[in-house]
Amino acid sequence: MSGTFLGMPPFPEAARDAVNDSRLRHNLRKATHTIRDRRAAVVDEMGADWQRLRAEGAAVKEHTLRHLDRYLEQLEESVERAGGRVHWASDAAEANAIVTDLVKATGETDVVKVKSMATQEIELNDALARAGITAYETDLAELIVQLGEDLPSHILVPAIHLGRAQIREIFLEQMAEWGVPAPPGLTDDPRALAEAARVHLRERFLRTRTAISGANFAVADTGTLVVLESEGNGRMCLTLPQTLISVVGIEKIVPTWSDLEVFMQLLPRSSTGERMNPYTSTWTGVTPGDGPQEFHLVLLDNGRTDVLADTVGRQALRCIRCSACLNTCPVYERTGGHSYGSVYPGPIGAILTPQLHGMSSEVDEALPYASSLCGACYEVCPVAIDIPEVLVHLREEVAASPGHAGERALMAGAEAVLSSPRALDAVQRAAGLGRGAVPRHLPGMAGAWTDTRDIPEVPAESFRQWWNKRGKGNQ
Amino acid sequence: MSSRERILARVRRALADVPADEPPVRDSGGGFADSHGVGPTLEVLEDRLTDYRALVRRVAADRIAEEVAASLERRGASRVVVPAGLPREWLSASSAAWLTDTAEEPVPLGDLDGADGVVTACAVAVAETGTIVLDGGPDQGRRAITLVPDYHLCVVRADQVVDGVPQAVRLLDPARPLTWISGPSATSDIELDRVEGVHGPRTLEVLLVEPTS
Repeated sequence: MSGTFLGMPPFPEAARDAVNDSRLRHNLRKATHTIRDRRAAVVDEMGADWQRLRAEGAAVKEHTLRHLDRYLEQLEESVERAGGRVHWASDAAEANAIVTDLVKATGETDVVKVKSMATQEIELNDALARAGITAYETDLAELIVQLGEDLPSHILVPAIHLGRAQIREIFLEQMAEWGVPAPPGLTDDPRALAEAARVHLRERFLRTRTAISGANFAVADTGTLVVLESEGNGRMCLTLPQTLISVVGIEKIVPTWSDLEVFMQLLPRSSTGERMNPYTSTWTGVTPGDGPQEFHLVLLDNGRTDVLADTVGRQALRCIRCSACLNTCPVYERTGGHSYGSVYPGPIGAILTPQLHGMSSEVDEALPYASSLCGACYEVCPVAIDIPEVLVHLREEVAASPGHAGERALMAGAEAVLSSPRALDAVQRAAGLGRGAVPRHLPGMAGAWTDTRDIPEVPAESFRQWWNKRGKGNQ
Repeated sequence: MSSRERILARVRRALADVPADEPPVRDSGGGFADSHGVGPTLEVLEDRLTDYRALVRRVAADRIAEEVAASLERRGASRVVVPAGLPREWLSASSAAWLTDTAEEPVPLGDLDGADGVVTACAVAVAETGTIVLDGGPDQGRRAITLVPDYHLCVVRADQVVDGVPQAVRLLDPARPLTWISGPSATSDIELDRVEGVHGPRTLEVLLVEPTS
């Protein structure tokens, strides 16, 4: 029912189609510039304190990762003490099986969902569908993506690639299939579209007894989970059902409640560019008489421990999914999120996806190159992830892998020539003599380089030749 | 081996570079500000709430009942949900029919959906971010009553307002279910235009009670 990133072409190919789509480029430019400006304004008003918060946020996350085993055990104990149940999932298949069994145990065949990157990563909706369970996305952008059988293209605003007219079409054509239809006279005014979503989902919220969420933070010492949102769909899912299942990556932990002093300032300003998002819900286990009376926390590894093992790449796990790096990236602005072939697009996706997957495909290997290394992503990152550093580190890994023997041979040849004056002189003389025969485009593998660059004209004589002649003439 | 043991073992293997004597507890470095000195607390809160398109009125402490009645009347709210612990004197000037939510007799979901609004107090408010926090206390009630009705009238006392987020976090009890509210429900999902009013209450009205001098 939903789309999949599986089988998408590697970044350079996917990006070529994207940059030729003028409507997509218009939508992306408008959206990324709007949010970039808003973020800058609310960050600037924090003055010098912003950099202190950023340093503190990075330090808290780094410390947590370095002692993750201890904090995972502490979180488990705190959640269970508060009446929740904790499950551990090594990979996507295991997480999906756990959630499917939990839903089956409730006897329900419909679940409502709060937007969650972790459940997208494990493709939970498809797994539930195979078990006869329908998962209804309730975040407006996720609803648009689900109704349109599309793929998310942004961490925060998954339908950022669509304009209001396209969204109106999707609502008119698809809402009836999933429940309450769109009103016949629906316009493309964002207000009218939001109202249509409200009406479409209202009954569903009041009726559905099981909900699935992710979490922005999981507090180890208190067992508290935190979800930031805007629309109130999160509150609906976290409050009205009887059973709540939260799928949370093991890197989402912060050690103490007071750490939220930092993150509740960093995240809203970095993500939506607001001083605070409209709604934040926090809950600790189960509260008698208020909200779900059954709470399950599914802790998800799915490649995260591999990322943790890489001392350079580990910092990617600090990410709090604000998406500021996407919004500021000149590459993302032009290619959009689908080109990255992953639920995590943009600069953070370019370092997270290949690490989570273990650089297992052509798509993964292309991602560390989906960047100009300009460093804008690092500047805006609220937890100071040095994305360019990790990109270069991953490029080294790609270059050292068996599939790149040709490049390595070429580089070894270049090294031999450039480290010997005699060899260099011989090659330069030969090139000078044969310069009429050098093509503008190189054949074979090297052609990829000359597709976008001209080979500089080879001079008749090299600098060395010229210098030597000149020296002799002066004597 | 259970998945729990497998994951913990993988984590420990991944952290082989961390020195065994590195302290597992971090001294909160702090160093960041409690607040950012943007102006007089109540004025800043009023400004931020207005920015989110909430309705805000400053009211005198001895006029709460009259102001609650006036707000409900303007809204045309005649069936109104209230938590059991809301001060009854706040309701004394209004002729609305009250649906009182108690632990023993919670208002059914359908009635919440059919109600015209809800009146509550709050636990803490943050001026700088225009945030009101509910902690499920007796004068705020369980979470559903401030979520399902389309209109939320919230009474905020001056002594509940702090300047910055860190101060609020310190005052809150994480064991209670908390709802942080910064304006009416909104979305920016369509072309990143902020539109107020999706699933939560589409109208948030705040009565900001002046300090008694």
